[in-house]
Parts: sequence; C-alpha cells; structure tokens
Amino acid sequence: MSALLIDDISVEFGRFRAIDRLSLAIDYGEIRGVIGPNGAGKTTVLDVVSGITRPKAGRVVLDGGLEITRASETLIARSGVRRKFQKPSVFDALTAAENVAVGVEGRLRRTAPAAEVRRRALDLLDAVGLADEADRQAGEFSHGQKQWLEIAMVLGGDPKVLLLDEPVAGLSDEETEKTAALVRSLKRPDRAIVVVEHDMGFVETIADRVTVLHEGRTLFEGSMAGARADARVIEVYLGR
Amino acid sequence: MIRSLLGSSGGTGFSLTLAALAVTAALLVATLAGVGPSGFLVNIIGQLAAFALLALALDLIWGYLGILSLGHGLFFAIGGYVMAMHLLMHSFETTGTVPDFMQFMGWKEFPAYWAGLGVFPYALAVALVLAGVVALVTGWVSFRSRVGGVYFAIITQALVYAAMLLMFRNDTGFGGNNGMTGFSVIFGLRMGTETASAVLALASVVVLALGLVATRALVSGRLGRLMLATRDDEVRLRSLGYDTIVLKTGVWVVSALLAAIAGMLYVPQVGIVNPRILSPELSLEIAVWVAIGGRGHLVGAVIGAVLVNALKFWLSFAAPDVWPFILSALIVLVVLVFPNGLLDLSRGFGALKARMRREGVASLDPRRAGP
Repeated sequence: MSALLIDDISVEFGRFRAIDRLSLAIDYGEIRGVIGPNGAGKTTVLDVVSGITRPKAGRVVLDGGLEITRASETLIARSGVRRKFQKPSVFDALTAAENVAVGVEGRLRRTAPAAEVRRRALDLLDAVGLADEADRQAGEFSHGQKQWLEIAMVLGGDPKVLLLDEPVAGLSDEETEKTAALVRSLKRPDRAIVVVEHDMGFVETIADRVTVLHEGRTLFEGSMAGARADARVIEVYLGR
Repeated sequence: MIRSLLGSSGGTGFSLTLAALAVTAALLVATLAGVGPSGFLVNIIGQLAAFALLALALDLIWGYLGILSLGHGLFFAIGGYVMAMHLLMHSFETTGTVPDFMQFMGWKEFPAYWAGLGVFPYALAVALVLAGVVALVTGWVSFRSRVGGVYFAIITQALVYAAMLLMFRNDTGFGGNNGMTGFSVIFGLRMGTETASAVLALASVVVLALGLVATRALVSGRLGRLMLATRDDEVRLRSLGYDTIVLKTGVWVVSALLAAIAGMLYVPQVGIVNPRILSPELSLEIAVWVAIGGRGHLVGAVIGAVLVNALKFWLSFAAPDVWPFILSALIVLVVLVFPNGLLDLSRGFGALKARMRREGVASLDPRRAGP
C-alpha cells in the first residue's frame, strides 16, 4: 500500500493551472526526490498534501485511509504528515529545545511530562547536530541552523510521511553534505520521505527515485540517472 | 515556579512593579486609617489601576499572540455597564433612590432583566458571562475564517463603534446618550466618601496585582510558549498538529474577561457610564498605552497605561488643548525610535544606538544629520 497516493489532482490559481491532473504514488521506505524548473508545481504539491491548498479536482489518500483533500491541516498533521517549509519556519522567540518540544508534543493539551518531552527534544537536537545550541533562541540562529532545527522540529512528531521543501536552499557545500547524511539517516521502512529540491546533486545523493515535474504534470519518473538521460527532461530542465 | 516567575528575563521589572503595587496598596490602607493620600489622589490611583488592567488584557492578546484588537473598549464597557446596573439596583434597594435615567426614560419600575443585579456576585457573573460569550462568538467566527492582522483589528473597531451607536439610542434602554449615573451606595458604603474611594482604589490595585501574577504565570508556562509560537508562525504551528483556533479563541476570551473586570472597577470610580466608553478613540488609546509601555511584556503594558494616563490627567488640568498633540507625538516617537516602547529605553541607549546603526535609522541620529 502506498504511504501517499496522489490521484489525478488539479490546482488552479485564477486562470493559472499550477497542477494539471497529477498522479503520484509514494511508498513506505523510500526517499522520493521531486524536481523540476521554477513554477513546475513542486511546492504546490506539498501544499496540497499538507492541507494548505485544496485541489480543484482529484484526491490525496494517506496510508490507504485518511482522505487528505477533505481533512483539516491539524487532522492531517495528527495523522502523521509533517512538513519542513521552503523558508525555514521556526519560532524565533523560543529556544531551540522549546521549538523541538513544540514539535514533539503536537497538541494543546499536555500529553507527556515536561522532562520526558525535553529529553526527546534534546535527542533530536543531537541527531541534527545542534545539541550545543539547545538553550539558544532560534531567532539568533544562522540560516543553516534554522533548516536543521526545523527538521528536528518536524521529526518530533515521528512522521509517517515527511515532506522536505528545499532543505538545502541557501546552504554551503559542507552544510549540504551534512544535510544529505541527515536525510539519509531518516529513512525507515515505515516512513515515506518526499524531498523537493532544485539542487540535482543533492537529490542524486539521497533519493531512491525521482519525479520530474513540468508545468504541473509528471514528465519523468524513475532513477536520477534515468532522468539525466531522458531527452524531454534535458529539454525542459537540465538543458538550460 | 516562583523562580520562573521572578528569576527569568525581565524578572526584575516584574518584581519592582509588584513591589510598587504593594506600596500603593499600603498607602491606600493608610488612607482608610485616615493618614494616607487624599480622596482626589486616591481616586486617580484607582482609575490608573483599572486602565493598567485593561492594558494588561490587550497585551495578552496583542503582545503574546500578535492579535491586535482595536475594540477592547467593548469588553471594558460590558463590565462597566453591568457594574452601573448593579450600583443603581443596589442603591435603590438600600436607599430607595429611583435612578434619574428611569425618570427620563419614563419607566415606573426596573425591567425584568435587571432582577437580581443588586446582588454583587450575580452582577459579576453576568458581566463575565456576557463578555465571555461575546468574545467567544467574535473570536471563534473570526479565527475560524482565518481573519487576522489588520482585518481583525478593523472588525473589532467596527464592533465597538456599532455598540456605541446602539447604546446612544435611548430606546436601547441603558440610559441612552446620557448613560447611567447617580450611584449612591457601593457595598453598603456611601459613594464619594474617602472610605469608599480608598476601598475602590485598593480593590483596583489588588486586582491589578492578581491579574499581573496570573497573566505572568500563563505566559511563562507551556501555553505561553505556544502563544509566542502562534505569533511567530501560525501556519508552522498548525502543520505540527496544533489547533490554533482553540488557543487563540481561549486567550481572546481570557483577555475579554480581564477587560470586563477592569470596566467593573473603573465605572464606580468615575461615577458614570455612557456610550463614550465605547468610542473608537478609547479603544485605540489602549493600544497606544501598550505600544508605549512595550508590548509582549506584561509589566510594559502596566507601566505604559499608568504613565500615559497620569500624563493625561495632569495635562487635562494644565493644558487640555495640547493633549492630543502630545499623544500623537508619543505615538510617532514610539513607532520610529522605540518599536519596543519604553523597554528599549530600559535596555539602555547603547543597545538602542547599535540597533539604529544596524537598521539604518541613521537620519534620526542628530550627529549624522545635514549634508
């Protein structure tokens, strides 16, 4: 069963068709890279999956059960979908540990003792390499640190489906390598990871399969090597 | 708990403010014993405390959740009007005085819905339930429809204005444009005596201190962090599984209740309530007090409300014509130079200058002015 089944969705903004009858199945245990030129609809797909944008037609089914296209953002998140936004979205006024704790708890009512939540938050900060920064305010972090902090925050919810929107945008080569190792370490048999990226090299190092989008449609699906060899992909994307 | 209340950043300001409130309360007790400040000063202190509580209510929602209300006068007025009804009923039951407004309304007896308002706990419950329900409905509907920012501010301003127009109508039945006045007895004390003034002022200062401690406990805990998270990035928080509508509506209601309590303390001290309490100007001014004091810091709201209103009281006697200009100048100053209000001052001029350099507010630096 697919972790995430995107079935024939279309999204329109006014007269502009951002997604045009797109279908996509993402399995548990895989890291899927979604690439494509600007305006291909990559971020819009993630918006649909996380409930921020409603498609005009089609449906998205999580885990063969929840119909995402009818659920609220809160319900989608509680069902195990987590998303890292393109622009690093952390809570500037809180410390790193508090940011991750917010991700761990995931609801207004307290679900676990504060000490346990903090311990889990510190573990996650350790996993993304921010253990020493736990009590610093997130607002003071560098761009790269914010990217990793946000990854730790979304991991707090122990996601079944993890959506990463441009996790290495604006990072140095060294930081990109570190992020690639981090993303690979997140791979699990009971988790599907979708990475939207511009950086082809990065996608090649982490993705099991890639989907190339163009003008809201799937242009190619398969291995990265296959994508590099595909004539249509070269024409719309690589060739530029 | 105590350490987190007193020890965290800004804790000194909080402790100092509480200490100042304790000293003020002691002075008011001295007045009751016949040796403290006079009735006039006591009355001013009481009004300032009520305004400070109102500012605290707004700071909770604006400073910590980022939701600007330009209509908090609505909840202030709900408390004020219910308190006025209580006082008139109580005065009537104690002394047999028929309120003036009933005479010019041509009423022979109190309408049915006034029944029981002479009993204070019931009046308190009515004020809180009314303010709570109005807040619940306005908050829930707005936040559910994702109305926020400037649109929400405009809606709240429109609400308070509509309420003012409604209350100006004599047919609405709460004294119309004349409002309600002529309160003669409160808690069995004759209004206007030094004792009554001191008791009211003392109650205001004590309630303000309690409100400050309670809101401080709220914002420094787990919910406070979630409030800041909502303010910083609500979409982020929602997509982590949080129902931010519930959080926002809940805090909005708490804020409305605080404002209603402030209104209940304010009206007996000025001796009148009329629709001008619902004027958009008052609701706008509350935001100015909070902005000047420094929003997002409860103590800042209290200090801002006290300073601006103390200045206003003084200037209303000394130079009533210039007050609007002074207030406007203060707003411009805060917006341009001290975006965090007086808190910027307390952090010292060094930090301020560093920030001005960083943000390029160079033109405000006199040394760099000129060609």
